[in-house]
Amino acid sequence: MRIGVTVFPGSNCDRDALYGVERAGAEAVELWHADADLKGVDAVIVPGGFSYGDYLRPGAIARFANIMDPLEEFAKDGGPILGVCNGFQVLTEAHLLPGALLRNTNMRFICDRVHVRVETVDTLWTAGCDPGEELTLPVAHNEGNYFADPETLSRLEEEGRVVLRYLENPNGSANDIAGVCNENRNVVGIMPHPERVSDPALGSDEGLRILRSVLVGAGV
Amino acid sequence: MKIRVLVRPKAGILDPQGEAVKNALPALGFEGVHTVHVGRLVEMEVESADEVDAMCRRLLSNPTIEEYEWEVIG
Repeated sequence: MRIGVTVFPGSNCDRDALYGVERAGAEAVELWHADADLKGVDAVIVPGGFSYGDYLRPGAIARFANIMDPLEEFAKDGGPILGVCNGFQVLTEAHLLPGALLRNTNMRFICDRVHVRVETVDTLWTAGCDPGEELTLPVAHNEGNYFADPETLSRLEEEGRVVLRYLENPNGSANDIAGVCNENRNVVGIMPHPERVSDPALGSDEGLRILRSVLVGAGV
Repeated sequence: MKIRVLVRPKAGILDPQGEAVKNALPALGFEGVHTVHVGRLVEMEVESADEVDAMCRRLLSNPTIEEYEWEVIG
């Protein structure tokens, strides 16, 4: 399986994501923001960082990069896409995922490890996890406070589209939400960084539970 | 043509920046401040105002969390 990682100006987790993908047992492919070409990959990770300096709003400018047109097509065709942190923000700005990420309620940048529970294994990025499995994953964000209007929130809950939930809410997120998926369950956005814990040398490889899932989800 | 766009958090949406400013003002001795909301001001020169509304909807604001208004200022 070949997994692409998008690279925008200001992405800073792209190298970690490429490394994590290889640790997960897939081939990693860099996807440059200015190229409207997904290079035939089987899945895409939109990594964390500060694309375009977070100007205007996090993800607001990246959303119009050349790479986003084929990415939106890929999403419509059911291709697996994972947005991590800034990547999650990009996917909400692109309306590939519902809601938005607001400033953390404490107005601080949060860099920590958090405990999350896998709320559904019925997505392409959690298919290899156990239902209710708890993971310890790093977070590093200023805008991680998930917001959606009440109707959207109750729909997400009813349809089992909350993917990860914080056991202790670090940022004020509605319903302790750390990650959600789209209606077709192929596009997932999460604030925690699985790619930063993809090797025991980094202190943990629990992130591989997520990164390897797409291989399970895609039946590889 | 000069346009001024004002973008602000939608009513009822948590505004941590506004809250932080509200809490900072009394620390400087300014009393009686009940609410503060922090938004964004965008000024631009354009050839025509025809597409300003689309610009506001598609880029300058995020309609999920923000509302906007704009005016011609010159």
